[in-house]
Amino acid sequence: MTKADLPAWGAWLVVALALTGAGFSLTGAAGLIRLRTFYERVHAPTLGATLGMALIVAASVVFFSVTEGRLVLRDLLIGLFLTVTTPVTLILLGRAATYRDRAEGNADAPPDP
Amino acid sequence: MAGAVRRLCPRGPRWGHPLNRLLPYPLLSLGLFATWLLLNPPLTPATGLLAVTVGWLVPFVMRALRPEAVRVRAPGVILGLAGHVLVDVVQSNIDVAKVILGLRRGTRRTGFVSIPLDLRSPYGLAVLSIILTATPGTLWIQYESNTGRLLLHVLDLVDGDAWVRRVKDRYERPLMEVFS
Repeated sequence: MTKADLPAWGAWLVVALALTGAGFSLTGAAGLIRLRTFYERVHAPTLGATLGMALIVAASVVFFSVTEGRLVLRDLLIGLFLTVTTPVTLILLGRAATYRDRAEGNADAPPDP
Repeated sequence: MAGAVRRLCPRGPRWGHPLNRLLPYPLLSLGLFATWLLLNPPLTPATGLLAVTVGWLVPFVMRALRPEAVRVRAPGVILGLAGHVLVDVVQSNIDVAKVILGLRRGTRRTGFVSIPLDLRSPYGLAVLSIILTATPGTLWIQYESNTGRLLLHVLDLVDGDAWVRRVKDRYERPLMEVFS
């Protein structure tokens, strides 16, 4: 990709969106270390799967739309499918942890709903 | 094609109306059509024709799974709900980032909230699980279909009753209108 294809304002916008998105994802990754219990930790990676992902997808949409000279919305599908499939993983993780904690009789096991 | 599929699985959904026979799942057809066009830009007569073909024929495969018919209503409510969710997702992303980076002042309590749900539609519950999971700070732990109670883990739990009201008023009520 050469300089002529992407004007300066486009480059700034893409960099701002991508870096902000990456910042949220990095914060989520740091949360995996900083938070203490399993149930708290599961919240952290959601940052990368929601706002982090949305901003990076937006950066990609802007980049390809500006360089190709037409609206390219293909990348929105990444956002759609990621949003629809992430709950499956997180609910499975939560269920597995709940089952383990209840079976072992841990003090911080979730109560019955 | 349609006749061959019908001989293979005769007990499809809603076969009475001729339009249903031609288009068994109109929403799925529309989704596939839009997905195909998004994946294959630019729009030319050839890609448009392929998108129509895919959107028309692929839903016949779904008939083998016999999914429960979905009825979506109240487009205005859907838009309002989408707006609420968008605001909540951005806000809770910032809140959770603050918690992780240690910018939140005061003591933080984390815990479980039990919410009695009146929503029974499986599609409505699926959308609710997506909303609650896409909002950092809330985690869907367990749903008991016998009692309709949902167990939620909340990262920053200030007031349990406030969470019950928030889920019921902000998300559950619009979803019950949409999937009634």
